[in-house]
Amino acid sequence: MTLAKDDLLAAYRVMKTIREFEERVHVEFAAGEIPGFVHLYAGEEACAAGVCTHLSKEDYIASTHRGHGHCIAKGVDVHGMMAELFGRRTGLCGGKGGSMHVADLELGMMGANGIVGGGPPLVTGAALSAKRAGHGNVAVAFVGDGGSNQGTTFESLNLAKVWNLPAIFVVEDNGYAEATSSKWSIGAESNAERARGFGLHAVRVDGHDFFAVYDAAGEAVQRARDGGGPSLLDCQLNRYYGHFEGDAQTYRGPDEVKKLRADQDCVARFSKRVTESGDVAESKLAAIDQEVLELIEDAVAAAKSAPKPEAGDLLTDVYVSY
Amino acid sequence: MPRTLSFQQAINEALDQEMARDESVIVIGEDVAGGQGAEGETDAWGGVLGVTKGLYAKYDDRVMDTPISESAFIGAAIGAATSGLRPVVELMFNDFMGVCFDQIFNQAAKFRYMFGGKAETPVVIRTMIGSGFRAAAQHSQSLYSIFTHIPGLKCVVPSTPYDAKGLLIEAIRDNDPVIFFEHKKLYPLEGEVPQELYTIPFGEAEVVREGQDVTIITLAEMVHESLKAVEALAQEGVECEVIDLRTTSPLDEETLLDSVASTGRVVVVDEANPRCSIATDISALLAQNAFGALKAPIKMVTAPHTPVPFADNLEDLYKPNAEKIASAVREVSEYQAWKATASTS
Repeated sequence: MTLAKDDLLAAYRVMKTIREFEERVHVEFAAGEIPGFVHLYAGEEACAAGVCTHLSKEDYIASTHRGHGHCIAKGVDVHGMMAELFGRRTGLCGGKGGSMHVADLELGMMGANGIVGGGPPLVTGAALSAKRAGHGNVAVAFVGDGGSNQGTTFESLNLAKVWNLPAIFVVEDNGYAEATSSKWSIGAESNAERARGFGLHAVRVDGHDFFAVYDAAGEAVQRARDGGGPSLLDCQLNRYYGHFEGDAQTYRGPDEVKKLRADQDCVARFSKRVTESGDVAESKLAAIDQEVLELIEDAVAAAKSAPKPEAGDLLTDVYVSY
Repeated sequence: MPRTLSFQQAINEALDQEMARDESVIVIGEDVAGGQGAEGETDAWGGVLGVTKGLYAKYDDRVMDTPISESAFIGAAIGAATSGLRPVVELMFNDFMGVCFDQIFNQAAKFRYMFGGKAETPVVIRTMIGSGFRAAAQHSQSLYSIFTHIPGLKCVVPSTPYDAKGLLIEAIRDNDPVIFFEHKKLYPLEGEVPQELYTIPFGEAEVVREGQDVTIITLAEMVHESLKAVEALAQEGVECEVIDLRTTSPLDEETLLDSVASTGRVVVVDEANPRCSIATDISALLAQNAFGALKAPIKMVTAPHTPVPFADNLEDLYKPNAEKIASAVREVSEYQAWKATASTS
């Protein structure tokens, strides 16, 4: 599949926005500005961007605890996200959700999810809604290698196949479920192998390569839109930070992340490819870099100066208060 | 002549009429049609006890059989509810919640609040409760208190065919997740049910019998056991007020407090286990808010804190009945504070 220049620039903007968002959140969290549990997506940008480039706002995605990248790739407002992470009233969820529960249902973003393996059943249902509506829309469940071992995921693969749903399951195998290696915890040869056992179309993809993800996702999305049923993408990729912010990552090899950043940086690989091919001028990418940095700076400044929720907000948005 | 239907038929009619009225209403569950992929009849079962029988013939692919895979299909119903459908999904026995509870209490129950009010999840989970079927420990529990504990869920526990129809229609039209508990012993119970569509609002308990001496607060099948008990008590000169909760979340506190303000004596009857239960919850509510009106300690009639046994004699012992209720009412109605004080001093 080929991408027009504007599409390449848009994909780059998404990846760069995710990267800078996460790098900045890392700094703000370390400075004590962001409360709670935060899980960063830096290093995995090509996967969210490669998949979501195929989606419109009428398509659905459900995410994981490592959800910022999926939100940005689905077009969720960066200011609203940042304010939510800071626990502010101006956040997407009014400060009542936080990093693990960012959602924007208007954009088909069904939420990050604090429960590993929580998303696949929900996406199966969204795919059912899409199928019944009959407009050719699809639903995508992102799930980590940890979530790929949950029964909810297995059950959802089977149900999506039995009901022939327009669902795509994207396993982001970043090598570790918390501190445990996915090579150890996934008993089968791969998640692609396992999904084929459930009767799904499944491929293993280099998740550092935007174009590989884009091509594989394109086939899966088209198959789903055409009524051909569910697929699974088994994306092999890496995260640059710990399971959560504050994770000392003593389970990782010496210089592991340093080498990954040097050799497998998906954003750098994308830049190199599109500039060397002559599709995009370096200056265009540099201009996007500058705009993204300004956007993140604005979002952080706005979040810091935004009000916290009001005491009365504690008791709203739930149907029974005693 | 008023028309009568069984509890089971009333639920079937509510589903049928709502599916006819609203295309977005779908029915999902294990064998809700039955016979999928097999050589015999489709619509072979209509649910394990036949409650959804006939819907598949009328509504075809809006009645969806599932693999035995509760996490996936309960979760799918919840996901479908957030994206435009109004699923009524059957979790056959409430005892099976253990295999899919995350989707109910961490997902459906939380969406509206944790997404800042922007999500609606109009799903109804129909599920059977209740002992008395010799179905033993894993198919006989009444677990509504566990769901009632979770903010974000509404819990409906009907006791009559009339209430079953009106409350189920209300549940289907509600934009929040509703757990609809059907006591399996009530399915054959006949009662008056109008043909037309009607709804019963949540959070309105019903005073099913008026009386000035003792208030009996109860729900589900125990409403009928309580009504049996009060007939005998009336002949002894004790007039009981019987209140059917109908919904445990939201809970109609006002009706309970009003009644206790006039009787001052209370028996709470609940067939579930006693600890952290609806019975203890209501007792605490009354102790906090009606202490001054109470003329006797609140008495609870519940199952013991054991699993539901299989053997018929043991299950009969396990379950509250009219006799146990009457005995509790006598104790409460005869209680006199000055005598209790005298005996302890």
